[in-house]
Amino acid sequence: MSPVLSHFLLNGVQMAFLLAFSPLLEGILHRLEEIIQGKQGPSIWQTYRDIWKLFGKDEVISEESSWIFRLAPLIAFVMPLFVVLLIPAVTAFPLFFAFMGDMVAVGFLMAIAGFFVALAGMDTGNVYAAVGASRTHMVGFLAEPVFIMVFFSVSYVANSTIPYVVNATWATSWGSMLQPAHLLVILAFFLLILADEGRIPVDSPAGKVEIAMIGHSKGLEYSGSSAALMKWGGAMKLMVLALIFVNVLITPWGLSSTTQPLDVLLAIVLVCLKLLGFVVVLALVETSLAKLRLFRITEFLAVAFVICLFAVSVRLVGIG
Amino acid sequence: MQVSSVAFHLDGSIAALFIVLGLGSMVARQMYASLRFFMWQAIALTLSALVLAASLQAINLLWVAIITFVTKVIAVPLVLRWAAGAEVYGRREVDQVIGIPTTVLAAAMLALLGWFAVAPTLPLLQGVPFAPLNLPTGLIMVLWGAFTVAIRRESVAQLMGLLLMENGAFFGSIAIVHNLTVIAEIAAAVDVPIVALVIGLLIRNIRRVTGSTRVSELDRLHER
Repeated sequence: MSPVLSHFLLNGVQMAFLLAFSPLLEGILHRLEEIIQGKQGPSIWQTYRDIWKLFGKDEVISEESSWIFRLAPLIAFVMPLFVVLLIPAVTAFPLFFAFMGDMVAVGFLMAIAGFFVALAGMDTGNVYAAVGASRTHMVGFLAEPVFIMVFFSVSYVANSTIPYVVNATWATSWGSMLQPAHLLVILAFFLLILADEGRIPVDSPAGKVEIAMIGHSKGLEYSGSSAALMKWGGAMKLMVLALIFVNVLITPWGLSSTTQPLDVLLAIVLVCLKLLGFVVVLALVETSLAKLRLFRITEFLAVAFVICLFAVSVRLVGIG
Repeated sequence: MQVSSVAFHLDGSIAALFIVLGLGSMVARQMYASLRFFMWQAIALTLSALVLAASLQAINLLWVAIITFVTKVIAVPLVLRWAAGAEVYGRREVDQVIGIPTTVLAAAMLALLGWFAVAPTLPLLQGVPFAPLNLPTGLIMVLWGAFTVAIRRESVAQLMGLLLMENGAFFGSIAIVHNLTVIAEIAAAVDVPIVALVIGLLIRNIRRVTGSTRVSELDRLHER
């Protein structure tokens, strides 16, 4: 097989991996959290069942809504699929689209999805969706400087913002893994995932009260296949961020270094194990913390920002 | 003296954790959370002493690690829990003079100040292996501790600031002086729970007299 063709095929594998495993990741996360809280919890396959059920349901669209409302689920579904082409999901060597965009592009693609979902929330005329949209953007504005600082620190530590290059830099030596700047970036990125995904200290994903929701009230008006796409897209977004976290930042090893199917399969198994570890940590963090009040989120993200500032300054004074 | 780069990087990571945990202790609004961050920070200090002891072959640092663990992770929290009583811990949030985001930014500025204050002394410490890491980290923590004392309006929380300063001083000094006799180490370390005890007793008394430990309410005379 020609190299170009096999790289294309691997790109397909990356997308299929994301599509197939993201609902499972979310299912395991829910189940684990319920178990830690002393409950039995839903089956780990529940997200698949939900998506399947929603695809079979009729869809109701408000007459007041415009094309944005119908387009937003598609964008939310497609953007994580674009992002996974830019990051090392199963292979350690750069694939076809690897140099099309760096981590800033990843941030852009995610932001486009977030922007359209927020517009769609306001488009429906539902009061809670508009409140959710504006709150999401409040968190988003606060998270933005942290995002930029994470990129700065990563590019400073690894001399690049292309995820594949960062992965290769950190996979080569133990010394660079243990650098203080690296550790601080990992911490800050984890806080960022919590904020961006609306996990517990910032927002409660299991909450059922619309007035207390931050991000989750934006999708209230969706039904049928649009709701399925939103749900699947949300699961994929979490998995993409988790992939960046485990494959680029924490454990850059265990990815396939050849195009052999067996190596790729082994890499998929290893990445799944790494993701499982991430989910366990996330569940522990989420169940051991209490949700912050809305105006305390500023403090949460200010701490993440200062941690990033440290990462850069440790590097700057030359001891990291 | 030459040390392996893995030990150096490990100590660097511990230093980073030390800073982050100190930040946590500084900005935590609940007393329990602040105390817990302090305990974890003391554990980081213990780990750093262990790393230094292993790579410098210094038995005294092993003692420092053991003493630090016993006094700061076990004794100080016990004393503080006993002295301050449920009233302080039960309250939702500790009063501060300035808001938390401002505190965090000021902390960042102080950290930069700490780094650049140490920079001129680094050439003098060429032969001391871990000093370029531990000295600035310790100095930053001393500055942060002083800052915490200044901005908190609650005496128990101010004591946390003192303890942070103490942790910082230890973190810096273990890298510079690692052949102090054990008796001096013990003397220095046992001071900490005693300070906590004395201030704790004082706080207990103040609380008995005024019914509160908030410093902001102690600025006017009170007749019984």
